[in-house]
Amino acid sequence: MDKYYLDIAHMLAGGMVLVSFMLLYQDRMFGLLNTFAVHAMVLSASVAWQAYIQHAPHLYIPAAIALVLKGIIIPVALRRVVIRLGIHREIETVVGIGPTMLLGVGLVALSMVVMLKAAATADPLAREDLAFSLSILLLGLLMMVTRRNAVSQIVGFMSLENGLILTATAAKGMPLVVEISVAFSVLVAFIVIGVFLFRIRERFDSVDLKALDEFRGERR
Amino acid sequence: MNGFFAQFAFSPLTALLVIPAATAGLLALLPGYWVAARLNVLAAFATLVVAVSLLVDRPPAGGYLFVDDLNNVFIVLNTFVGFTTSVFSATYIGHELEIGRLTPRQLRFYHAMYQILMFAMNLGLMANNIGLMWVAIEMATLTTVLMVGIYRTHEALEAAWKYFILGSVGIAFALFGTILVYMAARPVIGEGADAMVWTTLFDKASSFSPELLNVAFVFLLLGYGTKVGLAPLHAWLPDAHAEGPTPISAVLSGLLLNVALYALLRFKMLLTVNPAALAPAPLMITMGLVSLIFASFMLYRRRDIKRMFAYSSIEHMGIIVFAFGMGGPLANFAGLLHMTMHSLTKSAIFFAVGHIAQVKGTQKIADMGGLTVTNPVLGWGLVLGVVAIAGLPPLGIFMSEFLVVSSTFARQPLLAILLVFGLLVGFGALFLRLNSIAFGEPRGASAKATASYVPMFIHLALVFVAGIYLPPPLVAWFQNVAKLLG
Repeated sequence: MDKYYLDIAHMLAGGMVLVSFMLLYQDRMFGLLNTFAVHAMVLSASVAWQAYIQHAPHLYIPAAIALVLKGIIIPVALRRVVIRLGIHREIETVVGIGPTMLLGVGLVALSMVVMLKAAATADPLAREDLAFSLSILLLGLLMMVTRRNAVSQIVGFMSLENGLILTATAAKGMPLVVEISVAFSVLVAFIVIGVFLFRIRERFDSVDLKALDEFRGERR
Repeated sequence: MNGFFAQFAFSPLTALLVIPAATAGLLALLPGYWVAARLNVLAAFATLVVAVSLLVDRPPAGGYLFVDDLNNVFIVLNTFVGFTTSVFSATYIGHELEIGRLTPRQLRFYHAMYQILMFAMNLGLMANNIGLMWVAIEMATLTTVLMVGIYRTHEALEAAWKYFILGSVGIAFALFGTILVYMAARPVIGEGADAMVWTTLFDKASSFSPELLNVAFVFLLLGYGTKVGLAPLHAWLPDAHAEGPTPISAVLSGLLLNVALYALLRFKMLLTVNPAALAPAPLMITMGLVSLIFASFMLYRRRDIKRMFAYSSIEHMGIIVFAFGMGGPLANFAGLLHMTMHSLTKSAIFFAVGHIAQVKGTQKIADMGGLTVTNPVLGWGLVLGVVAIAGLPPLGIFMSEFLVVSSTFARQPLLAILLVFGLLVGFGALFLRLNSIAFGEPRGASAKATASYVPMFIHLALVFVAGIYLPPPLVAWFQNVAKLLG
């Protein structure tokens, strides 16, 4: 029974690593956002599964946040930003897709070596999840470094953050998980609002307060 | 129940959080500039009084908040500079309002954010729970991001964005490190909140799994190190200092960097008590030295006055991290003293720079000149501040730098040579620029300054006195902390 618990947890966490790789080779903005939504949904399933096997009902809250906020609201909001700014076709990469994937494989190998050795004494559930989430973390970072476009950098950051939430929930009995996940959601919400404001500069070529206010529909 | 409530209500630790939080709420509603600025000063002063009262009477450690000798230094420094900056900010912001750079609505936002920042920093410093500490530092980062972008210019938004992205990655790494510390503690302490309580962690750290602690520390160093502004991760710092309002530059340099440093020191202590864990010293020494030397060279080509002093902050944070990396009673004492002196001096410099930029209407060094002639008080204040920050005797920074260098010479002469080299390079750059700003023919626009000189001169006077005479109780206190840091 226990074995089966672990297998499903590992499958879900491994699925997130897989989706992280899928994020790396997206060359269309909408494809990227859709893949990110899948990433968040797998995270949500993974966290919900942890809540179930750890008998920790409070973990359903981060699972719900992941599903609703990161799986639905943020991708939809970003999609609108992308359409409005007319940047849906281009994803500028600094390094080509091929080398990036190879680098990604290297990073995953690295995190397996480091974490499985370092956490040898921890229980198997946490150990493998730690290795997986470090991989997700590093892949997210890789994505932030290899993309120039702000929206894809944000997606990279959010996938990195998904890895963190996975770690926090896999650490059995960790206090403040819910608070931390809420704090991170606030951060992510700020980022999305930020890209909204930041990109306006390129559209109007000024950050005239009036233009901003008009844009938001709140004229003084 | 009643007794419990009474204890809760009158605990000075709670007061340090409730005063700024309540004031922030009030300031968000108050429309007038005059009242808001004064309320801001008043609240900062009340917080300072409470913080000083901790020196006399210290409540026992709780599950979420605690005070010991170490964080008491930080709390008092934090509230003191917070108070003086609020006095400076009142005049500074008044001028910004006059010339229309800020609207009354933004001003309300600014004042509320100032108090929320104070709240977050106090919480981060007093937190006895490493998760809570993380949340507080994240909150402090977010508020400063919002304040850096408050002018809404192209550059300000770009600076805020850069700070935001780099700060968020740092914060994410720090959280990963924090979770790993919990994982290391869980087999020893057991599940639940206890395994994140710092005092418990410190007691039991010797039996944690050293491998996990090592990996955790690397992430914490990268994460909180980004917030300290250590060299390869410093990219956000100069922009954020240059583009935000000057009171925020003063608070960033003088306080927020310290808060991140404090978090780093706490985790370093965990590694020090674990005999099998890796020694944090080489990592911290390397990052410190790299920051120092890199920033010293970067000082030469700066055209923007606030950007220049931001690089000087990176330089000094490098020295401080280097000193704490060396460890031992003397180097720790020197690091602590240097941190205090740097906070006081750097915020004094930013007070001067803020008014200078207002008088000259620009931050470009090329458009400033002969300040000692046109605005003698501001000009000489800046000269004094730069003399202090460059480490000339008899001011406080000379003494702390001397202690760092001499304690390094005794143990690692080679490192001391690198350290002195970095210091001299920085010294040269500062005086080169100071010469063109403060002396010579007056250049650029000049207006009469409406400035509050008191905060600046209080800081400089303290630095001056500390260079000549340190009161024995203070020395004993710092020595105690140095011993605690190991």
